[in-house]
Amino acid sequence: MGLGQMIYTLADMPMGTAGMIMRLKAQSSTRRRLLDLGLVPGTVVRYVRQSPLGDPIAFDIRGAVVALRKVDAQTVFVDPVKE
Amino acid sequence: MCFIFPTVGPKMNHRDSVPRHTAADYTICLAGNPNTGKSTVFNALTGLKQHTGNWPGTTVSQTRGLYQYAGKNLALIDLPGTYSMLPNSPEEKIARDFICFGRPDVVVVVVDAACLERNLNLVLQVLEITPKVVVCLNLIDEAKRRGFSIDVRRLASELKVPVVPTAANRGSGLDCLKKHIWNSASKKIEAWPNLVQYPEVLECSLQQLEVELTRISLNGLSKRWVALRLLEDDKAALTLIKHYSTLSTGRWVCNEG
Repeated sequence: MGLGQMIYTLADMPMGTAGMIMRLKAQSSTRRRLLDLGLVPGTVVRYVRQSPLGDPIAFDIRGAVVALRKVDAQTVFVDPVKE
Repeated sequence: MCFIFPTVGPKMNHRDSVPRHTAADYTICLAGNPNTGKSTVFNALTGLKQHTGNWPGTTVSQTRGLYQYAGKNLALIDLPGTYSMLPNSPEEKIARDFICFGRPDVVVVVVDAACLERNLNLVLQVLEITPKVVVCLNLIDEAKRRGFSIDVRRLASELKVPVVPTAANRGSGLDCLKKHIWNSASKKIEAWPNLVQYPEVLECSLQQLEVELTRISLNGLSKRWVALRLLEDDKAALTLIKHYSTLSTGRWVCNEG
């Protein structure tokens, strides 16, 4: 990510929008877990709902709705996808 | 760390009291992501009425049933749903431990034909553990209704393992599934599946480790899989591997949850 460019993660996406996974910051077992859930670079995910307290947040990942804790969502860098 | 909507607390079922060591000629296990219809396939094959439900965590322990094919008894184990062979919960651990150390004769990986992409991750991970895999492409009717058309032949030739389309709730495709399970269990057909190829540098290290691993008895564990765990420094798995590979019987009775 170049200088001056906004760092944009899953947690920054507005509700209802989609983003393409660019990079995962997490390492070791957390990283593996996120990959196992389908958060592979190149995948388009959609922010579908939010829990009452705002954490966790739910995403449509390759056909299934998966809830992520905000701290984990913040480690996944995305590019906004326009539809 | 994360969970899947909708969430309902795990329902314990106590079929675990079924004796595990009834006479069976072959042991087959059903694995797959949560909510792909493993228990429906299980019930359809064994005629049992294991509880099924449209939410995760319905099967929290392994359930066992028997069915006959070609005059032989086949024990069928229904494992809890899992996304990965790197377990993240007790249920996922039961599934992983059984596939790795329970020495099933065949692993049937049940996948949701309507979400095939996210299900294939597990198929590839299981193939690293054992080549004796049959892919059950379940919910094929649902996938068709949603407008998906799946090139089953192409999928089977890419993976190099049998792929059987089924709609277990209607009973379709089950005869074919039984036939492929039998072929694989009785070693009529041996599979040499296509495995994930890692970058050159990893493949080199894997090769070196695999050569080293030929010197020790792994009790039938895949050398490549053990080498991958070594490279990942997966301490939990390595402890189990160490424990398992020094067992004399070679068959490890799975933990009781």
